[in-house]
Amino acid sequence: MKSVMVYCEVENQKVADISQELLSAGKRLAQKLGCPLEAMIFGSSLNGIENQIAPFGVDRLFVGNSMRLEPYRTLPHAALASKILKEEDPQIVLFGATSVGRDLAPRLASVLNCGLTADCTILDIGDHLVKKEKKEYKDLLYAIRPAFGGSIMANIINWDMHPQMATVREGVMKKEIFDEHYATEIVEVDVNAVLKEEDFVVKIIDRQIKESGVNLKDAPIIVAGGYGVGSRENFDLLVELAQLLGGEVGGSRAAVDAGFIEHNRQIGQTGTTVRPKLYIAAGISGAIQHTAGMQDASMIISINNDPDAPINKIADYVIHGDLGVVVPKMIKFYKQNAK
Amino acid sequence: MFNTNTTKYLNMRPLKIVVLAKQVPDTRHVGPDAMKPDGTVNRGKLSTVFNPDDLHALELALNIKDRIPGTEITILTMGPPKAADIIREGYYRGVDFGVMISDRRFGGADTLATSYTLAKGIEKLAPFDLIVGGRQAIDGDTAQVGPQCADKLNLPQVTYVEEILEIKEDEIIARRRLEKGIEVVSAPFPCLMTVHGSSPACRSRHAKRVMKYKYARSATELRSADEFMIDLHTKRPHLTIPEWNVEDINADVEKIGLSGSPTKVKSVENIVLTANEAKLLNDSDADIEMMIKELIEHHTIG
Repeated sequence: MKSVMVYCEVENQKVADISQELLSAGKRLAQKLGCPLEAMIFGSSLNGIENQIAPFGVDRLFVGNSMRLEPYRTLPHAALASKILKEEDPQIVLFGATSVGRDLAPRLASVLNCGLTADCTILDIGDHLVKKEKKEYKDLLYAIRPAFGGSIMANIINWDMHPQMATVREGVMKKEIFDEHYATEIVEVDVNAVLKEEDFVVKIIDRQIKESGVNLKDAPIIVAGGYGVGSRENFDLLVELAQLLGGEVGGSRAAVDAGFIEHNRQIGQTGTTVRPKLYIAAGISGAIQHTAGMQDASMIISINNDPDAPINKIADYVIHGDLGVVVPKMIKFYKQNAK
Repeated sequence: MFNTNTTKYLNMRPLKIVVLAKQVPDTRHVGPDAMKPDGTVNRGKLSTVFNPDDLHALELALNIKDRIPGTEITILTMGPPKAADIIREGYYRGVDFGVMISDRRFGGADTLATSYTLAKGIEKLAPFDLIVGGRQAIDGDTAQVGPQCADKLNLPQVTYVEEILEIKEDEIIARRRLEKGIEVVSAPFPCLMTVHGSSPACRSRHAKRVMKYKYARSATELRSADEFMIDLHTKRPHLTIPEWNVEDINADVEKIGLSGSPTKVKSVENIVLTANEAKLLNDSDADIEMMIKELIEHHTIG
C-alpha cells in the first residue's frame, strides 16, 4: 500500500520527541503524496499511547504491546518491524537518528534489501529521470543530508528497491499538531505470534538512563564555546553569561573533544541541532559541521579574535576581541541595563 | 578496562576475532573539489586515514588478546589497493592476519552493498567468535554497515560498545554507550559489535612489529615492486597480504558495487555561507554596551 510509515520510540509510556517530529515530517510527505500516514510502536503498557501519536495526523497505528519489548532490543523490534513493513509495503519509512533508530534501521534495510539514508536534514518528494532506462520515476523521496564533513549537501534517492528509508536527527524537523482529534485506526500486533526465543538472546543486565538535564533544543538563548575558549575555566565565564541571560551553554565538537564541556552539550551536525532566539558563539571558528546545527538561530553573535572566522559570515554581530575581555563586559553591561 | 578479576580470562578458550576496518578520506580536511561531477568522491584529492572508530575496535580486540592468550585477530578491509595501509597498520599494532577485499567491481558501493561484500568475506574467515568494527566511518557517519553485516550473517548485534566487562565460555558482556546513559548487555558467541569512540584509544605501533611487517605487501602492490621485495616475499610468504576479488568471496555481482546499491546520489550542492550585514564591533565598552542595549530593546534578552 502507498503510505508513509514512522517507527516511534517509546519509554515509560512516553513517545520520544524525535518520533513526534518525524510524524510531523511524515505527515507533510504523506500530504504531498496524497497517501495515509502510518506509525508503529513497540513497548510495554502502551494502552492509550495513541493519544501522543494520533494528533500528528496518523491514519493507522500498529501497536506491539509486551513487557518483553521494553527497553528496546534490536532483534525483537527488527522482527516486528520487518513483518509489518513486508505486509504493509509502505513507500517511505522514517526513523530517528538516535541510539535506537541507528541500531534498528540499518538492520531492517538489510532484511528488506532496501536503501537507507542516514541523518537527513531535509525530506522532500520529487521525480527523477533514469537516463539509462529512459524512465521517469515519480514521487520519490528526496533524502537530503550534509556529507563530507558538511561541505556539501547530497540529495540521495532510491528508485528501484523499496521501501525508501531515512533517519533524521532530533530537533531537525518541526513538530506540529495536525489535529487534536484526528481519528487513528489502531492495529494490535500479535507479538507472541511473531517473536521467537532466539530474538531474545541478547540480554540487558543493567541500564542507567538519565533524562539529561540539558535541554539545548528548547533553550531560547544559547552561549556556545569552541576550541578557542581555551580551557574549562574560561568556559565558566560562558556558563555565567548563560545563567544570567536565562540560557544554556553549548559547545562545538572541538570543545567537546578537548574536554572543555560535556558531550551532551555538543551543537552541530553530530550533536544537537538548535534554533534559539539568540546564539552567542565564543571562540567558535564556524566549521560547517557546527553551523549546520545552529544557523537557524534568529540572532547570532560571534566573539572571535580571528576577523576571518567563517562563523562571522552568518553572524548579526561580530565582536573582534578576546572573549576573556568581551564576556565579562557583556555581563557587566547586561546587569547595568536590564530592567 | 576489564574486570579486575583477570584470572577468569586465563582459563578461557582463545577467541577468533575479525576486526572490520576502513580506510577513509580525511573528511576533516576537505575542499569542494573533492567531489566528482557525478557526486561520488574523488578519493585522489584527499589524504586517507584509518577510520578513527575502527582504531577503537582494533584496540578492543587487542585488549581481549592480551587477556586471553592464543586469541587470534584477523583484520579485514575492503577498498582500493591503497587500503593495504590498513592491513599494515593492523600488523604494526598487533593483529595476526590481514585480508583485503579489493576489486574494481566493488566500487561505488553504498552501505547495503558494502555489508553484503564484507559479510561474504567474513563467511570465508569462519569460524569466528566475534566480529568488531567501529561504530561509524567519518566519510559518511552512517553507522549502518555494522548492523547490516550482522543481519547478513544472521548474528546478534551489540552496537556502541564502550567496554568489555566479562567474557564467559559462551557469552560476552559489554557496556554500551547510549545517548542518555549506558546499558550493560550479554550476547552469545558468535556476535557482532560496533565500538563507540568513547572506548579506549588504540595503542601505538609496536617498534618490533613495524620492523617485521613494514614489507607486507598486497598482490597488487607486488606487481609493481622491485626485485628485492619480490624476493623477500618468496622467502617470507606471510608478508603477502591476501587480496580477495569477487570470485574469491563468491559474491553475486548484482549485489555488489553500484548495481547492489539502492541509494544513489541525485545531486550535490556545495554549501556557501551567505554573507549578511553583520555589525562589526570591537571589545570597547562603548561597542559592547551599545549591543547589549539593542538586544534588550529588541527583547532578544532581558
